[in-house]
Amino acid sequence: MASDNRPLSPHLQIYKPQFTSVLSILHRITGVALALGTFLLVYWLMAAAAGPDRFAQAQGLIGSIIGRLLLFGWSFALFYHMLNGIRHLFWDAGKGFELKTAFLTGWLVVAGAVLFTLIAWIAAYSVMGGI
Amino acid sequence: MADKGGLRTPLARARGLGPAKDGVAHWWAQRVTAVALVPLVIWFVASIVLLSNCSYERFTAWIGSPLPAVLTILLIVATFRHAQLGLQVVIEDYVHREGTKLAGIVLVKLGAFALGTAAVFSVLKISFGG
Ligand code: HEM
Repeated sequence: MASDNRPLSPHLQIYKPQFTSVLSILHRITGVALALGTFLLVYWLMAAAAGPDRFAQAQGLIGSIIGRLLLFGWSFALFYHMLNGIRHLFWDAGKGFELKTAFLTGWLVVAGAVLFTLIAWIAAYSVMGGI
Repeated sequence: MADKGGLRTPLARARGLGPAKDGVAHWWAQRVTAVALVPLVIWFVASIVLLSNCSYERFTAWIGSPLPAVLTILLIVATFRHAQLGLQVVIEDYVHREGTKLAGIVLVKLGAFALGTAAVFSVLKISFGG
């Protein structure tokens, strides 16, 4: 009974809002990064429209180490932004505001983004027949 | 928009008003494009993964056929509309000099329109012209 009223460590109170605000700023950062990534998407589509040589060139660029690293980061950004965007849409509908729920859905978003990214890349590499 | 209170701050509510006073339409368009993007993005990523490192012939045959072409164009339109609206909010939050802010917003609008047009044209050219 008495222990119920004991003050909690300030750590918890500080940590929870911090976690959710990091997720919030990440939504903005990934949104801007995705917008920059559209340059690559448009380059790729235009290369395909220009013909086989240009397309091969673009595929070579995207398939390079730097290209793959960029694409990997971009795929994570896309999955994170999509899942956290869905979280935002639930908030807009008035659902999931409680700190506990916001904390839990935040972790779900992070775990989901990691999982989706891994699945996409494992699938891509198995389509290509290994590394 | 429904105001349910809670985590939303007065700033977040007022933010929708924007310099052009078209805040509610802006807010709605951002949400509608977000909802549309969820299935479109999942479909597109899954398709691209399955086409990893495929030949030119296979890729153009895929994106040139009716359903993928239409869905890709919808994805392009929703993406650039959504990105333009989102970037405008970001600019409004960080740029406070009126001239620079307006220039940024106009640049983003023109850029999104140009990139979107280039992307749609590419899909149409592959579909009709090979
Ligand atoms: C895949 C599905 C997507 C969903 C569900 C989604 C959802 C959202 C939502 C709900 C917001 C508003 C957040 C807020 O009110 O603070 C938002 C903002 C934004 N989105 Fe998306 N989005 C998606 C894809 C994209 C893509 C592909 C891009 C870029 C090409 C993008 C760029 C942005 C930007 C730049 C913002 C503004 C960020 C901010 O104001 O902090 N989004 N998104």
